[in-house]
Amino acid sequence: MNAPGSRLRDALRERRFAVTAEISPPRGADPDAIRSGARLLHDWVDAANVTDNQGAMVRLSSLAGCVLALEEDVEPVMQLQCRDRNRLALQSDLLGAAALNIPNVLLLTGDHQKFGDHPEARGVFDLDSVQLLWTARTMRDQGRLLSGKTLKPAPGWLIGGVENPFAPPLAFRAERLGKKVAAGAEFVQTQYVFDVAHFSAWMQASRDLGLTQRCGILAGVGPIRSLRALERMQQIPGIVVPAAVEARLRGVPPAAVHDESIAMCAEIITELREIPDLAGVHVMAFGAEHLVPEILERAGLGRRAHAQVNEHVG
Amino acid sequence: MENAVHASDAGGRVANRPVPTTPGISLPLALVLGRLLRPQRHLYALAVWLEATPWAYRAFTAVEKAVKGKLFGCRMCAQCALPSTAYACPMSCPKELRNGPCGGVAANGDCEVYPGLRCVWLVAYERAAAAGRTADLRRLQRPIDQREWGLSSWVNYWQNRDAGLWNGDTSFAPAPPIEPR
Repeated sequence: MNAPGSRLRDALRERRFAVTAEISPPRGADPDAIRSGARLLHDWVDAANVTDNQGAMVRLSSLAGCVLALEEDVEPVMQLQCRDRNRLALQSDLLGAAALNIPNVLLLTGDHQKFGDHPEARGVFDLDSVQLLWTARTMRDQGRLLSGKTLKPAPGWLIGGVENPFAPPLAFRAERLGKKVAAGAEFVQTQYVFDVAHFSAWMQASRDLGLTQRCGILAGVGPIRSLRALERMQQIPGIVVPAAVEARLRGVPPAAVHDESIAMCAEIITELREIPDLAGVHVMAFGAEHLVPEILERAGLGRRAHAQVNEHVG
Repeated sequence: MENAVHASDAGGRVANRPVPTTPGISLPLALVLGRLLRPQRHLYALAVWLEATPWAYRAFTAVEKAVKGKLFGCRMCAQCALPSTAYACPMSCPKELRNGPCGGVAANGDCEVYPGLRCVWLVAYERAAAAGRTADLRRLQRPIDQREWGLSSWVNYWQNRDAGLWNGDTSFAPAPPIEPR
């Protein structure tokens, strides 16, 4: 098995509170957009997702972005979605990731093309996210493709998925996680958490199903940096911004919304850290990677161990 | 145009686009019909005869398409998941998700792609919950065979070709690997 080391895997195994963040590839061919984001995150995260045509908008590919992140010594999580690829392309990109030493993959269905910049495109959806997780685990653990053909060597990535505890049917959301865990998800990152009490109840339901022992759950967090961003976020299907959060952001002068959102994000992380069995947080700052260190520091999450090692060595 | 739900889309039958469809019959009735149509000797014989008789197969498939299209928004994937989804058709989901709802279901239960239409997986969950059958939805649905579109799912089903479409486990135990077709 071709298994590169994974800081994320180690953090989950050792039950250290893990931190991941997101790098959004540019619309364009500039590698520095990825490199600079990666450098900002380097000391602060165990791994960083590189998104895959996020929001159904064409961007530099996730695979290429992951290679650039690796060159900056940031451990990538390659996002891979089913909207743009059939089962041949999905399996082929997964093998490519393994060959390029990308240690983590995050497998999802993908936003509908209707919401992106090519709404006239054909959405593929040959597999769904659960089937893709199941496929990846079959490739890794059985060393074979969906066709049955043998893989030499088999890939070794850590397999992750996503879940949204806040979208109906709410009572099914822990079970939906259960399907992903049964299919092969070893970690999941969630949709933005603004309602910690609701999230905590979903965690309890997941714990009751025995899922938190088998799958590291990373809570999605992020700042809402302006009232425009708030309004945009309220339009995104599946994101729930509670009235109290909206009132708090609208309750400060417009110029102070930015700082307030950073403070609120750090407070949410601090509250989340109290939840038993939560494996970590996933910080989504949408192209504002420079804010991630401040948010984490305020939440009491310092530089990661690998950053300190480098300091001593260097 | 972008957000419009065209009247002609209702039921997902026009242009064969998936449009979330709330079933036209109750789950208890569907379960009774499902029992009557279970694989059995005379239906197996009928299915074999239909496949050997092109004109009859075409006629039968047209009837199946009309009936299931009207009742479930069936698009003739020919690998029917209905018995495991409280008879709400997952292929009427715009992303053709066979393993549960996506993360974009609106707070009011609407499909993110078709505001005004209820998410078919939410419908499935509510129907299953009302009948105490939510465990059905825990089963893992394997990838479908895309070559089968347009063929008769009943003819396939009666010849037991649907065995293995889903994993029977409902405890979230690690699923056995996906076997090739």
